[in-house]
Amino acid sequence: MSGKGLDDKRNVNERHDVVVAMSGGVDSSVAAALLVAQGHRVVGVTLKLWGGDSDSGCCSVSDVDDARRVAQQLGIDHHVFNFGDEFDRFVVDPYVADHQAGRTPNPCVECNRHIKFDRFFRRADALGFDMVATGHHARIVDDPARPDLRRVGRGADGAKDQSYVLHMLDQDQLARLVFPVGAMTKADVRALAADLGLRTADKPDSQDVCFIHSVGGRERFLGDRIPLRPARLVDETGVEIGTVDSVEMVTLGQRRGLNLGGDANRRYVVDIDHASATVTVGERHRLLVDEQRVEAVQWSAGPEYGASTVQCSAHGAPRSATVEPIDGDASSIRVVWQEPQQRVAAGQSVVLYRDDMVVGGGTAGV
Amino acid sequence: MTDTLGAHYLDNAATTPLRPSVLDIMTSVLAATYGNPSGAHRLARAANQVVDESRESVSAVLGAEPGQIVFTSGGTEADNLAITGAVEATGKRPVCSAIEHHAVLDPVVHHGGLTVGVGGDGRIDLDQLADVLRSHGTELAVVSIMAANNETGVIQPLAEVSALVRELAPDTLLHTDAVQALCWLDVASVTADYDLVSISAHKFGGPKGTGALVVRDRARSLVPLLKGGGQERGRRGGTHNVAGIAGMAVAATETAAQRASRVPEVAARRDRLADTICSSVDGVVETGVRSPGDRGHKTANICHLCFEGIASEALLFLLEKHDIMASAASSCSSGAMEPSHVLAAMGFDRDLAFGSLRLSLGYDTTDDDVETAIATIGPAVERLRQRERDGDRS
Repeated sequence: MSGKGLDDKRNVNERHDVVVAMSGGVDSSVAAALLVAQGHRVVGVTLKLWGGDSDSGCCSVSDVDDARRVAQQLGIDHHVFNFGDEFDRFVVDPYVADHQAGRTPNPCVECNRHIKFDRFFRRADALGFDMVATGHHARIVDDPARPDLRRVGRGADGAKDQSYVLHMLDQDQLARLVFPVGAMTKADVRALAADLGLRTADKPDSQDVCFIHSVGGRERFLGDRIPLRPARLVDETGVEIGTVDSVEMVTLGQRRGLNLGGDANRRYVVDIDHASATVTVGERHRLLVDEQRVEAVQWSAGPEYGASTVQCSAHGAPRSATVEPIDGDASSIRVVWQEPQQRVAAGQSVVLYRDDMVVGGGTAGV
Repeated sequence: MTDTLGAHYLDNAATTPLRPSVLDIMTSVLAATYGNPSGAHRLARAANQVVDESRESVSAVLGAEPGQIVFTSGGTEADNLAITGAVEATGKRPVCSAIEHHAVLDPVVHHGGLTVGVGGDGRIDLDQLADVLRSHGTELAVVSIMAANNETGVIQPLAEVSALVRELAPDTLLHTDAVQALCWLDVASVTADYDLVSISAHKFGGPKGTGALVVRDRARSLVPLLKGGGQERGRRGGTHNVAGIAGMAVAATETAAQRASRVPEVAARRDRLADTICSSVDGVVETGVRSPGDRGHKTANICHLCFEGIASEALLFLLEKHDIMASAASSCSSGAMEPSHVLAAMGFDRDLAFGSLRLSLGYDTTDDDVETAIATIGPAVERLRQRERDGDRS
């Protein structure tokens, strides 16, 4: 295991005090193993984030057991840090509020922004760690155009690339971060875990939002917290053609779950009026727009306007566009598509790449 | 093997190091006295003699008759047997204080019981207890009030509780969880009026997995939790943990013999620890004191502090870097720290409760342990306050 998977030349000859966030999954298990093999002083930490019911999440007791057991096998210390209150405040409560306000939030991005790469980062610093590692499939790369800068690069395994949900990382954070499995394919990660005899080698990937129970899903989760309002479904001429149980569950561009039956013409949600609980469906071309407004933009190292490649969902296709400032305010931009693209649901992350490196990202505005 | 060398062990309320004499007797029993005490042949009789002699030793320390001792797998089983056994014997409800260990609290809640609050000083609210006894006196199976709290070290007014219960609910059994008390209080004397008394060996230099419940005559109808081979006069089925029982007996006897001389020494060290930290660190609250520095109703061993603006788990991490082994309030099943129900019952706000630290001394704690803790805790708290809270991007 001669540095296989190490994506970052900074660490080859130096020993660091590294804290690795161990979810109990195979990626962070292997990340920890690689760091140990590279000779760093490694401590594993599992973040306890969600105190409620969950079956898929990263903080169930059995996941903590897995992380602890892997740490024991690797001969490193393992701790559990409870960021449950912060998780409620910065991830779960806004998730609910966003749905109530008609937005489509991305809680994994908010967890990265506020918990993993903020609260946990500051905790790591306070405890004397000079590096933080996670099992994300992404790379930290030097920017060839700006050798003084680091960027989040795409993971080597395109199907598992997580650069999209890491778009908020800035230079301070990138200087102290390492993603040990970012240069590996998922298959290689699993093979290495199996070679090392780690109990997480065959553990299935986590699928959905960690605090949403597979039984009941989003609808029950939201329904337990906010009133869900039935909505009218209308066509583009305003004629009512059906209903849905809750307007809070509807997302722009959605096609399934509208109870439209075997409609010959595929119809999509093209507009949602939350105030009147009215959902308009129409043909896909009605969703297409020439430009997209993006708010709360965080730049990896200052604004980069002009030609860009833009991605609007975790594994969505990157599209060519031009990025323009709005009102001279670096936190708001206009993405002008080369070809018309589907309007992005408000609240979703819009991430800007140059040569497969993240240069910034923000939240789709209306 | 874990390296214990150099460890400043300040977590004696969690568990204590095994006494060397306990290790000796247990090794000898495990190796040679392997008979089943319930049997008839000489190897069985030898094991039974170990259990009988241990029972006499433990009963002497607890001020009970040998026949009133029921050996259990530890404090949790003793507490569960007391609560559930009393409820099943009477068909009535249990009552406990809001600051009981979960080994009492959870069975009480499970059986639909009532809880009685405490004051800001961590002592049970006797007026509230009296109200409960007056309004529910005939419906109650057992009143359970701990001798000393495991987090704060606050000693509960057992004599006053017992007087109230005997007056207002005379048919109700009295239980006390004395698991934290044996090193620090004369348990025989303070629990003399209690029908049921729980102890746990590993809190006083004995082995884990061994405890006892005193079952005085008023409680003789207690229904067993573990039904089985008729051991312990039918009150607790299961083959005896002979070595554990022997170890507990030695530990109890030695502890009782040393108590009078050790308690003032430990109290002096604890006072220096608490006084120095409270006077040198800003934003710290010592729990369970009647006024700053007045620890008159705390056990000698516990220094329990809440620091503003930090998280216990981060402080414990830094302390461990300096070989200081301490703990915070309580951990959930994942190992994450949760604010304690004890502090909540005492009226501490959640943020402050998140910053709690329990330093619990033992008979073996040295001045060096205390001085190391003093030198480490203040700077660690300051570091966390500066580096973790400041620069909050959120």
